[in-house]
Amino acid sequence: MKGMTVIVRTIARWVKVFIFLYGCLITITGHLTPGGGFAGGVIIAASFILITLAYGKELALRQLPLRAAAGLDSVGALIFLVVALFGIGFGGIFFANWIQRRFPGGSFHLLSSGAIPVYNIAICLKVGASLFITFVIMSVLRIVVQKDGSFRMVQDEEEE
Amino acid sequence: MVYALCFVLFMIGLYCALTKKNVIKIVIGLGIMEYAVNLFLPLLGYRKNGTAPIMDRATDPLEFLATAVDPLPQALVLTSIVIGLGVTAMAIAICIRLYEKYGTYDITEMRRLRG
Amino acid sequence: MGTEISILVLLVFMIVAALIAAETRSLLSSVISLGAVGVGVSIAFLFVAAPDLAIVQVSVEVLLLLFFVRSTIGREVEHVKGRIRWPGLLLAILLCAGVLAFGVYALRSLPPFGSPVISAVKEAPSNLYLEKSLKETGAPNVVAGIILDYRGYDTLGEATVLFASILGALAILRGRAKRRKEK
Repeated sequence: MKGMTVIVRTIARWVKVFIFLYGCLITITGHLTPGGGFAGGVIIAASFILITLAYGKELALRQLPLRAAAGLDSVGALIFLVVALFGIGFGGIFFANWIQRRFPGGSFHLLSSGAIPVYNIAICLKVGASLFITFVIMSVLRIVVQKDGSFRMVQDEEEE
Repeated sequence: MVYALCFVLFMIGLYCALTKKNVIKIVIGLGIMEYAVNLFLPLLGYRKNGTAPIMDRATDPLEFLATAVDPLPQALVLTSIVIGLGVTAMAIAICIRLYEKYGTYDITEMRRLRG
Repeated sequence: MGTEISILVLLVFMIVAALIAAETRSLLSSVISLGAVGVGVSIAFLFVAAPDLAIVQVSVEVLLLLFFVRSTIGREVEHVKGRIRWPGLLLAILLCAGVLAFGVYALRSLPPFGSPVISAVKEAPSNLYLEKSLKETGAPNVVAGIILDYRGYDTLGEATVLFASILGALAILRGRAKRRKEK
Protein backbone atom coordinates (compact mmCIF):
# COMPACT_ATOMS: atom_id res chain seq x y z
CA MET A 1 0.00 0.00 0.00
CA LYS A 2 1.52 3.30 -1.00
CA GLY A 3 1.92 6.06 1.52
CA MET A 4 1.11 9.74 1.25
CA THR A 5 3.01 12.96 0.55
CA VAL A 6 5.91 14.39 2.53
CA ILE A 7 3.78 16.85 4.48
CA VAL A 8 1.44 14.14 5.71
CA ARG A 9 4.34 11.89 6.65
CA THR A 10 6.13 14.53 8.70
CA ILE A 11 3.06 15.57 10.64
CA ALA A 12 2.07 11.94 11.22
CA ARG A 13 5.48 11.16 12.64
CA TRP A 14 5.18 13.96 15.17
CA VAL A 15 1.54 13.55 16.10
CA LYS A 16 1.47 9.76 16.61
CA VAL A 17 3.33 10.04 19.91
CA PHE A 18 0.77 12.45 21.33
CA ILE A 19 -2.14 10.31 20.24
CA PHE A 20 -0.57 7.23 21.83
CA LEU A 21 0.12 9.12 25.04
CA TYR A 22 -3.43 10.44 25.18
CA GLY A 23 -4.79 6.93 24.75
CA CYS A 24 -2.61 5.67 27.60
CA LEU A 25 -3.75 8.55 29.83
CA ILE A 26 -7.42 7.85 29.23
CA THR A 27 -6.91 4.16 29.99
CA ILE A 28 -4.85 4.49 33.14
CA THR A 29 -7.02 7.12 34.84
CA GLY A 30 -10.19 5.35 33.77
CA HIS A 31 -11.44 5.00 37.31
CA LEU A 32 -11.04 8.69 38.11
CA THR A 33 -12.09 10.53 34.97
CA PRO A 34 -14.36 9.61 32.07
CA GLY A 35 -12.88 7.13 29.64
CA GLY A 36 -11.71 3.69 30.55
CA GLY A 37 -10.39 0.75 28.62
CA PHE A 38 -12.61 0.91 25.53
CA ALA A 39 -11.96 4.54 24.68
CA GLY A 40 -8.22 4.18 25.32
CA GLY A 41 -7.96 1.08 23.16
CA VAL A 42 -9.71 2.70 20.22
CA ILE A 43 -7.48 5.80 20.44
CA ILE A 44 -4.28 3.73 20.58
CA ALA A 45 -5.44 1.75 17.55
CA ALA A 46 -6.05 5.09 15.80
CA SER A 47 -2.43 6.12 16.31
CA PHE A 48 -1.15 2.94 14.66
CA ILE A 49 -3.69 3.27 11.85
CA LEU A 50 -2.40 6.80 11.24
CA ILE A 51 1.08 5.42 10.63
CA THR A 52 -0.34 2.74 8.34
CA LEU A 53 -2.15 5.33 6.25
CA ALA A 54 0.74 7.76 6.03
CA TYR A 55 3.66 5.43 5.43
CA GLY A 56 2.22 2.30 3.91
CA LYS A 57 1.66 -1.14 5.25
CA GLU A 58 5.26 -2.43 5.27
CA LEU A 59 6.69 0.20 7.57
CA ALA A 60 3.75 0.00 9.95
CA LEU A 61 4.15 -3.77 10.16
CA ARG A 62 7.82 -3.34 10.90
CA GLN A 63 6.89 -1.24 13.93
CA LEU A 64 4.25 -3.65 15.19
CA PRO A 65 4.25 -7.04 13.44
CA LEU A 66 1.02 -8.95 13.11
CA ARG A 67 2.15 -11.78 15.34
CA ALA A 68 3.09 -9.35 18.11
CA ALA A 69 -0.29 -7.66 17.84
CA ALA A 70 -2.10 -11.00 18.00
CA GLY A 71 0.00 -11.90 21.02
CA LEU A 72 -0.89 -8.63 22.78
CA ASP A 73 -4.54 -9.27 22.06
CA SER A 74 -4.44 -12.70 23.68
CA VAL A 75 -2.37 -11.46 26.63
CA GLY A 76 -4.99 -8.82 27.33
CA ALA A 77 -7.80 -11.35 27.33
CA LEU A 78 -5.79 -13.70 29.55
CA ILE A 79 -5.03 -11.01 32.14
CA PHE A 80 -8.72 -10.14 32.27
CA LEU A 81 -9.75 -13.75 32.85
CA VAL A 82 -7.01 -14.60 35.33
CA VAL A 83 -7.66 -11.60 37.56
CA ALA A 84 -11.37 -12.37 37.47
CA LEU A 85 -10.78 -16.03 38.35
CA PHE A 86 -8.61 -15.12 41.31
CA GLY A 87 -11.72 -13.44 42.65
CA ILE A 88 -13.13 -16.88 43.35
CA GLY A 89 -10.16 -17.79 45.50
CA PHE A 90 -9.75 -14.56 47.41
CA GLY A 91 -13.15 -13.00 47.43
CA GLY A 92 -15.57 -15.85 47.22
CA ILE A 93 -17.33 -14.99 43.94
CA PHE A 94 -16.29 -14.59 40.32
CA PHE A 95 -15.18 -11.01 39.57
CA ALA A 96 -14.90 -10.02 43.22
CA ASN A 97 -12.70 -6.95 43.56
CA TRP A 98 -10.20 -8.78 45.76
CA ILE A 99 -7.43 -6.23 45.42
CA GLN A 100 -9.73 -3.58 46.84
CA ARG A 101 -10.69 -5.79 49.79
CA ARG A 102 -7.08 -6.57 50.66
CA PHE A 103 -5.10 -3.42 49.85
CA PRO A 104 -7.44 -0.45 49.68
CA GLY A 105 -5.52 2.59 48.55
CA GLY A 106 -6.61 6.12 49.35
CA SER A 107 -9.65 7.49 47.54
CA PHE A 108 -9.06 9.43 44.30
CA HIS A 109 -5.51 8.17 43.99
CA LEU A 110 -4.16 6.53 40.90
CA LEU A 111 -3.60 3.15 42.56
CA SER A 112 -6.86 3.09 44.40
CA SER A 113 -9.68 1.03 43.00
CA GLY A 114 -8.27 -2.42 43.20
CA ALA A 115 -8.63 -4.51 40.10
CA ILE A 116 -10.33 -1.79 38.02
CA PRO A 117 -7.13 -0.24 36.55
CA VAL A 118 -5.88 -3.75 35.76
CA TYR A 119 -9.09 -4.53 33.89
CA ASN A 120 -8.85 -1.22 32.05
CA ILE A 121 -5.33 -1.96 30.82
CA ALA A 122 -6.30 -5.49 29.74
CA ILE A 123 -9.30 -4.22 27.75
CA CYS A 124 -7.19 -1.48 26.17
CA LEU A 125 -4.62 -4.00 24.92
CA LYS A 126 -7.33 -6.26 23.56
CA VAL A 127 -9.39 -3.66 21.74
CA GLY A 128 -6.39 -1.78 20.35
CA ALA A 129 -4.65 -4.84 18.95
CA SER A 130 -7.87 -6.25 17.44
CA LEU A 131 -8.72 -3.05 15.60
CA PHE A 132 -5.20 -2.59 14.25
CA ILE A 133 -5.09 -6.13 12.88
CA THR A 134 -8.51 -5.73 11.30
CA PHE A 135 -7.53 -2.51 9.56
CA VAL A 136 -4.30 -3.95 8.17
CA ILE A 137 -6.01 -7.06 6.83
CA MET A 138 -8.87 -5.06 5.34
CA SER A 139 -6.59 -2.69 3.52
CA VAL A 140 -4.76 -5.44 1.72
CA LEU A 141 -7.45 -5.68 -0.93
CA ARG A 142 -8.29 -2.75 -3.21
CA ILE A 143 -10.54 -2.15 -6.18
CA VAL A 144 -8.66 -1.11 -9.34
CA VAL A 145 -9.74 -0.26 -12.85
CA GLN A 146 -8.57 -2.68 -15.54
CA LYS A 147 -7.73 -1.79 -19.13
CA ASP A 148 -11.13 -2.67 -20.54
CA GLY A 149 -12.96 -0.49 -18.00
CA SER A 150 -14.17 -3.24 -15.68
CA PHE A 151 -13.25 -3.44 -12.02
CA ARG A 152 -11.30 -6.06 -10.18
CA MET A 153 -10.18 -6.50 -6.62
CA VAL A 154 -6.44 -7.04 -6.31
CA GLN A 155 -4.10 -7.63 -3.47
CA ASP A 156 -1.13 -5.46 -2.79
CA GLU A 157 1.60 -7.54 -4.35
CA GLU A 158 0.05 -7.58 -7.79
CA GLU A 159 -0.13 -3.90 -8.67
CA GLU A 160 -2.04 -2.90 -11.76
CA MET B 1 -41.11 14.21 21.69
CA VAL B 2 -37.41 13.41 21.88
CA TYR B 3 -38.17 9.70 22.08
CA ALA B 4 -40.44 9.91 19.05
CA LEU B 5 -37.71 11.51 16.93
CA CYS B 6 -35.26 8.79 17.99
CA PHE B 7 -37.78 6.27 16.82
CA VAL B 8 -38.11 8.07 13.49
CA LEU B 9 -34.32 7.83 13.07
CA PHE B 10 -34.53 4.10 13.75
CA MET B 11 -37.26 3.75 11.13
CA ILE B 12 -35.16 5.58 8.55
CA GLY B 13 -32.38 3.06 9.16
CA LEU B 14 -34.84 0.19 8.82
CA TYR B 15 -36.20 1.59 5.56
CA CYS B 16 -32.67 1.92 4.20
CA ALA B 17 -31.81 -1.66 5.15
CA LEU B 18 -35.01 -3.02 3.63
CA THR B 19 -35.28 -1.34 0.28
CA LYS B 20 -31.81 -0.65 -1.05
CA LYS B 21 -30.14 -2.86 -3.59
CA ASN B 22 -26.52 -1.94 -2.96
CA VAL B 23 -25.12 -4.06 -0.18
CA ILE B 24 -23.04 -1.21 1.25
CA LYS B 25 -26.18 0.86 1.67
CA ILE B 26 -27.67 -2.02 3.62
CA VAL B 27 -24.72 -1.94 6.00
CA ILE B 28 -25.11 1.84 6.31
CA GLY B 29 -28.76 1.28 7.23
CA LEU B 30 -27.72 -1.12 9.98
CA GLY B 31 -25.32 1.53 11.26
CA ILE B 32 -28.05 4.15 11.43
CA MET B 33 -30.28 1.78 13.40
CA GLU B 34 -27.48 1.09 15.83
CA TYR B 35 -26.81 4.82 16.38
CA ALA B 36 -30.51 5.44 17.02
CA VAL B 37 -30.74 2.76 19.70
CA ASN B 38 -27.51 3.85 21.36
CA LEU B 39 -28.88 7.39 21.53
CA PHE B 40 -32.28 6.41 22.91
CA LEU B 41 -31.11 4.54 26.03
CA PRO B 42 -29.11 7.26 27.85
CA LEU B 43 -31.93 9.73 27.14
CA LEU B 44 -34.11 7.62 29.43
CA GLY B 45 -31.84 8.26 32.36
CA TYR B 46 -31.45 12.04 32.10
CA ARG B 47 -32.40 14.11 35.10
CA LYS B 48 -33.25 17.78 34.66
CA ASN B 49 -30.11 19.92 35.27
CA GLY B 50 -28.30 16.74 36.20
CA THR B 51 -24.56 16.28 36.51
CA ALA B 52 -22.37 13.50 35.20
CA PRO B 53 -22.07 10.45 37.49
CA ILE B 54 -18.42 11.14 38.36
CA MET B 55 -17.45 12.15 41.85
CA ASP B 56 -14.86 14.64 42.86
CA ARG B 57 -13.08 15.36 46.12
CA ALA B 58 -15.46 18.20 46.78
CA THR B 59 -18.86 16.64 46.09
CA ASP B 60 -21.27 16.13 48.89
CA PRO B 61 -22.55 12.54 48.75
CA LEU B 62 -26.20 13.40 49.43
CA GLU B 63 -26.26 16.17 46.88
CA PHE B 64 -24.59 13.83 44.38
CA LEU B 65 -27.34 11.31 44.95
CA ALA B 66 -29.96 13.94 44.29
CA THR B 67 -28.60 15.47 41.12
CA ALA B 68 -26.63 12.83 39.24
CA VAL B 69 -28.03 11.27 36.09
CA ASP B 70 -28.73 7.57 35.93
CA PRO B 71 -25.43 5.69 35.41
CA LEU B 72 -26.91 2.32 34.52
CA PRO B 73 -28.05 3.00 30.92
CA GLN B 74 -24.69 4.65 30.25
CA ALA B 75 -22.81 1.56 31.39
CA LEU B 76 -24.90 -0.70 29.16
CA VAL B 77 -24.62 1.51 26.08
CA LEU B 78 -20.83 1.77 26.48
CA THR B 79 -20.62 -1.93 25.83
CA SER B 80 -23.10 -1.74 22.98
CA ILE B 81 -21.16 0.91 21.04
CA VAL B 82 -18.01 -1.21 20.90
CA ILE B 83 -19.94 -4.34 19.95
CA GLY B 84 -21.55 -2.38 17.12
CA LEU B 85 -18.09 -1.57 15.78
CA GLY B 86 -17.11 -5.26 15.75
CA VAL B 87 -20.29 -6.38 14.04
CA THR B 88 -20.04 -3.68 11.35
CA ALA B 89 -16.41 -4.63 10.71
CA MET B 90 -17.53 -8.19 10.07
CA ALA B 91 -20.32 -7.00 7.75
CA ILE B 92 -17.79 -5.00 5.72
CA ALA B 93 -15.58 -8.10 5.45
CA ILE B 94 -18.55 -9.98 4.01
CA CYS B 95 -19.13 -7.16 1.50
CA ILE B 96 -15.52 -7.35 0.36
CA ARG B 97 -15.78 -11.09 -0.25
CA LEU B 98 -19.05 -10.63 -2.12
CA TYR B 99 -17.41 -8.12 -4.43
CA GLU B 100 -14.53 -10.46 -5.04
CA LYS B 101 -16.77 -13.38 -5.90
CA TYR B 102 -19.45 -11.67 -7.99
CA GLY B 103 -17.78 -8.48 -9.20
CA THR B 104 -20.63 -6.23 -8.12
CA TYR B 105 -22.25 -4.77 -5.04
CA ASP B 106 -25.75 -5.12 -6.43
CA ILE B 107 -27.81 -7.86 -4.82
CA THR B 108 -30.17 -8.31 -7.77
CA GLU B 109 -27.24 -9.12 -10.04
CA MET B 110 -25.82 -11.48 -7.47
CA ARG B 111 -28.95 -13.51 -7.62
CA ARG B 112 -28.53 -13.85 -11.35
CA LEU B 113 -24.85 -14.78 -11.45
CA ARG B 114 -24.95 -17.60 -8.92
CA GLY B 115 -21.42 -18.92 -9.05
CA MET C 1 -35.93 23.08 28.77
CA GLY C 2 -32.75 24.29 27.14
CA THR C 3 -31.32 20.80 26.97
CA GLU C 4 -34.45 19.39 25.43
CA ILE C 5 -34.49 22.01 22.69
CA SER C 6 -30.81 21.39 21.91
CA ILE C 7 -31.38 17.66 21.64
CA LEU C 8 -34.42 18.23 19.42
CA VAL C 9 -32.39 20.40 17.05
CA LEU C 10 -29.64 17.79 16.95
CA LEU C 11 -32.18 15.07 16.23
CA VAL C 12 -33.63 17.03 13.31
CA PHE C 13 -30.10 17.45 11.93
CA MET C 14 -29.49 13.72 12.35
CA ILE C 15 -32.73 12.79 10.62
CA VAL C 16 -31.87 14.99 7.63
CA ALA C 17 -28.37 13.46 7.48
CA ALA C 18 -29.81 9.94 7.69
CA LEU C 19 -32.20 10.68 4.83
CA ILE C 20 -29.29 11.92 2.75
CA ALA C 21 -27.28 8.81 3.62
CA ALA C 22 -30.15 6.60 2.53
CA GLU C 23 -31.09 8.31 -0.70
CA THR C 24 -28.02 9.74 -2.34
CA ARG C 25 -26.50 7.96 -5.30
CA SER C 26 -22.87 8.44 -4.44
CA LEU C 27 -21.49 5.92 -1.95
CA LEU C 28 -18.88 8.32 -0.60
CA SER C 29 -21.50 10.95 0.29
CA SER C 30 -23.53 8.25 1.96
CA VAL C 31 -20.67 7.25 4.19
CA ILE C 32 -19.85 10.85 5.08
CA SER C 33 -23.48 11.49 6.05
CA LEU C 34 -23.29 8.46 8.32
CA GLY C 35 -20.33 10.17 9.96
CA ALA C 36 -22.46 13.28 10.45
CA VAL C 37 -25.10 11.20 12.24
CA GLY C 38 -22.41 9.75 14.48
CA VAL C 39 -21.03 13.14 15.47
CA GLY C 40 -24.56 14.31 16.22
CA VAL C 41 -25.02 11.34 18.55
CA SER C 42 -21.78 12.20 20.33
CA ILE C 43 -22.80 15.82 20.91
CA ALA C 44 -26.18 14.65 22.21
CA PHE C 45 -24.32 12.45 24.69
CA LEU C 46 -22.52 15.54 25.96
CA PHE C 47 -25.83 17.33 26.48
CA VAL C 48 -27.17 14.38 28.47
CA ALA C 49 -24.13 14.47 30.83
CA ALA C 50 -22.50 11.25 29.60
CA PRO C 51 -18.84 12.14 28.89
CA ASP C 52 -17.66 8.50 28.84
CA LEU C 53 -20.06 7.70 26.05
CA ALA C 54 -19.14 10.79 24.05
CA ILE C 55 -15.44 9.84 23.95
CA VAL C 56 -16.15 6.25 22.93
CA GLN C 57 -18.76 7.22 20.34
CA VAL C 58 -16.61 9.75 18.53
CA SER C 59 -13.54 7.51 18.29
CA VAL C 60 -15.56 4.45 17.26
CA GLU C 61 -17.35 6.47 14.60
CA VAL C 62 -14.10 7.80 13.11
CA LEU C 63 -12.71 4.27 12.91
CA LEU C 64 -15.90 3.04 11.30
CA LEU C 65 -15.64 5.71 8.60
CA LEU C 66 -12.04 4.67 8.01
CA PHE C 67 -13.04 1.04 7.57
CA PHE C 68 -15.80 1.92 5.14
CA VAL C 69 -13.82 4.25 2.94
CA ARG C 70 -10.55 2.35 2.92
CA SER C 71 -11.86 -1.03 2.05
CA THR C 72 -14.93 -0.67 -0.11
CA ILE C 73 -14.86 2.48 -2.17
CA GLY C 74 -12.54 2.38 -5.12
CA ARG C 75 -12.02 5.28 -7.43
CA GLU C 76 -14.83 4.46 -9.82
CA VAL C 77 -17.15 2.09 -8.00
CA GLU C 78 -18.97 4.96 -6.45
CA HIS C 79 -22.35 5.44 -7.96
CA VAL C 80 -25.43 3.42 -7.31
CA LYS C 81 -27.28 2.54 -10.47
CA GLY C 82 -30.71 1.13 -11.07
CA ARG C 83 -34.35 1.98 -11.46
CA ILE C 84 -36.78 2.34 -8.59
CA ARG C 85 -39.18 -0.56 -8.16
CA TRP C 86 -42.41 0.91 -6.92
CA PRO C 87 -44.44 -1.97 -5.40
CA GLY C 88 -41.73 -3.11 -3.01
CA LEU C 89 -40.88 0.46 -2.06
CA LEU C 90 -44.47 1.36 -1.24
CA LEU C 91 -44.91 -1.75 0.86
CA ALA C 92 -41.76 -0.96 2.82
CA ILE C 93 -42.83 2.63 3.42
CA LEU C 94 -46.27 1.48 4.60
CA LEU C 95 -44.70 -1.03 6.95
CA CYS C 96 -42.34 1.55 8.42
CA ALA C 97 -45.14 4.09 8.84
CA GLY C 98 -47.31 1.50 10.59
CA VAL C 99 -44.60 0.47 13.01
CA LEU C 100 -43.83 4.16 13.60
CA ALA C 101 -47.44 4.90 14.53
CA PHE C 102 -47.62 2.00 16.96
CA GLY C 103 -44.24 2.86 18.40
CA VAL C 104 -45.05 6.50 19.06
CA TYR C 105 -48.27 5.42 20.74
CA ALA C 106 -46.35 2.96 22.93
CA LEU C 107 -43.67 5.50 23.81
CA ARG C 108 -46.26 7.58 25.60
CA SER C 109 -46.15 5.25 28.58
CA LEU C 110 -42.55 6.21 29.32
CA PRO C 111 -41.86 8.82 32.03
CA PRO C 112 -41.40 12.31 30.55
CA PHE C 113 -37.96 13.44 29.47
CA GLY C 114 -36.09 14.86 32.46
CA SER C 115 -37.62 12.90 35.30
CA PRO C 116 -36.16 9.44 35.19
CA VAL C 117 -37.32 6.36 37.05
CA ILE C 118 -34.75 6.76 39.79
CA SER C 119 -36.26 9.98 41.11
CA ALA C 120 -39.55 8.22 41.64
CA VAL C 121 -38.41 4.85 42.97
CA LYS C 122 -35.99 5.04 45.88
CA GLU C 123 -34.94 1.39 45.85
CA ALA C 124 -33.78 1.35 42.23
CA PRO C 125 -30.35 -0.27 41.76
CA SER C 126 -28.91 2.94 40.33
CA ASN C 127 -29.49 4.72 43.62
CA LEU C 128 -27.60 1.94 45.37
CA TYR C 129 -24.75 2.21 42.86
CA LEU C 130 -24.51 5.99 43.24
CA GLU C 131 -24.43 5.77 47.04
CA LYS C 132 -22.11 2.87 47.60
CA SER C 133 -19.73 3.03 44.64
CA LEU C 134 -17.00 5.02 46.31
CA LYS C 135 -16.95 2.89 49.44
CA GLU C 136 -17.25 -0.55 47.90
CA THR C 137 -15.33 -0.27 44.68
CA GLY C 138 -13.15 2.72 45.42
CA ALA C 139 -13.77 4.26 42.01
CA PRO C 140 -15.08 7.83 41.79
CA ASN C 141 -16.21 7.13 38.24
CA VAL C 142 -19.49 5.34 38.89
CA VAL C 143 -19.85 4.11 35.30
CA ALA C 144 -16.41 2.44 35.41
CA GLY C 145 -17.32 0.91 38.75
CA ILE C 146 -20.49 -0.50 37.29
CA ILE C 147 -19.00 -2.01 34.16
CA LEU C 148 -15.95 -3.48 35.85
CA ASP C 149 -17.12 -4.36 39.33
CA TYR C 150 -20.85 -4.61 39.80
CA ARG C 151 -21.54 -5.89 36.29
CA GLY C 152 -18.19 -7.26 35.26
CA TYR C 153 -19.77 -10.30 33.71
CA ASP C 154 -21.32 -8.15 30.99
CA THR C 155 -17.88 -6.77 30.14
CA LEU C 156 -16.54 -10.31 29.86
CA GLY C 157 -19.34 -11.11 27.44
CA GLU C 158 -18.58 -7.98 25.45
CA ALA C 159 -14.89 -8.84 25.18
CA THR C 160 -15.89 -12.29 23.95
CA VAL C 161 -18.26 -10.89 21.32
CA LEU C 162 -15.60 -8.47 20.09
CA PHE C 163 -13.04 -11.26 19.92
CA ALA C 164 -15.41 -13.55 18.02
CA SER C 165 -16.46 -10.88 15.52
CA ILE C 166 -12.89 -9.83 14.74
CA LEU C 167 -11.96 -13.50 14.41
CA GLY C 168 -14.85 -13.97 11.99
CA ALA C 169 -13.84 -10.95 9.92
CA LEU C 170 -10.25 -12.19 9.68
CA ALA C 171 -11.34 -15.71 8.80
CA ILE C 172 -13.50 -14.36 5.99
CA LEU C 173 -10.73 -12.21 4.56
CA ARG C 174 -7.77 -14.54 4.95
CA GLY C 175 -8.95 -17.35 2.74
CA ARG C 176 -8.69 -15.31 -0.42
CA ALA C 177 -5.24 -13.95 0.40
CA LYS C 178 -3.79 -17.40 0.87
CA ARG C 179 -5.21 -18.73 -2.37
CA ARG C 180 -3.82 -15.82 -4.34
CA LYS C 181 -0.36 -16.34 -2.93
CA GLU C 182 -0.31 -19.94 -4.04
CA LYS C 183 -1.27 -19.14 -7.65
